[in-house]
Amino acid sequence: MMRALLFAASLFAAFNAAQMPAFAIGSNEALADPAQEARARELFRQLRCLVCQNQSIDDSDADLARDLRVLVRERIKAGDSNEQVLRFLTQRYGDFVLLKPPLKSSTVALWAAPFALLVVGGGVIALRARRRARPAPAALDDAERARLARLLADDERPRT
Amino acid sequence: MRRLLFILPVSALIILGAIFFMLLADKTRDPGAVPSPLVGKPVPAFSLPRLDGNGSVTEADLKGAVTVFNVFASWCLPCRVEHPVLMRMAADKRLRIVGLNYKDKPEDAKKWLAELGNPFAVVASDRQGRAAIDFGVYGVPETFIIDARGIIRHKHVGPIHASEYPDRIAPVIERLLREGGGK
Repeated sequence: MMRALLFAASLFAAFNAAQMPAFAIGSNEALADPAQEARARELFRQLRCLVCQNQSIDDSDADLARDLRVLVRERIKAGDSNEQVLRFLTQRYGDFVLLKPPLKSSTVALWAAPFALLVVGGGVIALRARRRARPAPAALDDAERARLARLLADDERPRT
Repeated sequence: MRRLLFILPVSALIILGAIFFMLLADKTRDPGAVPSPLVGKPVPAFSLPRLDGNGSVTEADLKGAVTVFNVFASWCLPCRVEHPVLMRMAADKRLRIVGLNYKDKPEDAKKWLAELGNPFAVVASDRQGRAAIDFGVYGVPETFIIDARGIIRHKHVGPIHASEYPDRIAPVIERLLREGGGK
């Protein structure tokens, strides 16, 4: 029984080893300097995994995400600023690699739309509120009150 | 005012619906494809060993003729689907086909080419995938079409299916050949 278990465990380990990328770039280890590592992690969360497209490279298990993590750590170690690292990647993969789109002429509509909608919606609400706030009509006089009573009585009679 | 409040959102909905429908119906559009910032730019510099072991391949090998630069791997199933299209392109003597063998064992890649045929004038071996990152590659296969001056003019993500070759690839190649720079 024990032998069978051990055998199964070694098979499992071998299978996992076979799954590992054989020729991945460099090592996937954290940087020695905690401040640099913190910057790397912050950048990972801003960068899109291009394979899965809705995950950051911090979350993704994809081979390419791993390569990009290694690359980001390398650039930071080489003394790049955060902006330089992001520029390095957008030059290759475009703005799509950034999870947060940058503000520029092609994305103005994207960034301005929520504010434009807020202004339009607020305008509509303000207009309606102003209309509702009109002064209440004058109280009914005696003749009108009598007519109202007649109408109501008429309404309450059973219909045929 | 009241009528405007009804008409405005409804017409916005209809217009948006029409735009979405048109984009969906456009069969030449791949919604998953990431537009490459490298289109219109010169090929990035690189230096990799040749798959056959005879020296190296550099960006200079992508200049001077209209070049189809194909990223492939023996472990990549869609590459197998695409392979006959590359073989057909290789028969066109005006073109140069260069391969980038991505994260592959050279012996596996050589076996693959021996089995299916070798469309490539030369193949660079990128075992670490580092040069591929410089080309903005995020999956295999990917294909770049490069003009004679070494400017990337078109990028195709995923396998080139035989059915899409006439509409999506051939016109680009013909245009670049007309500009000059056939082999």
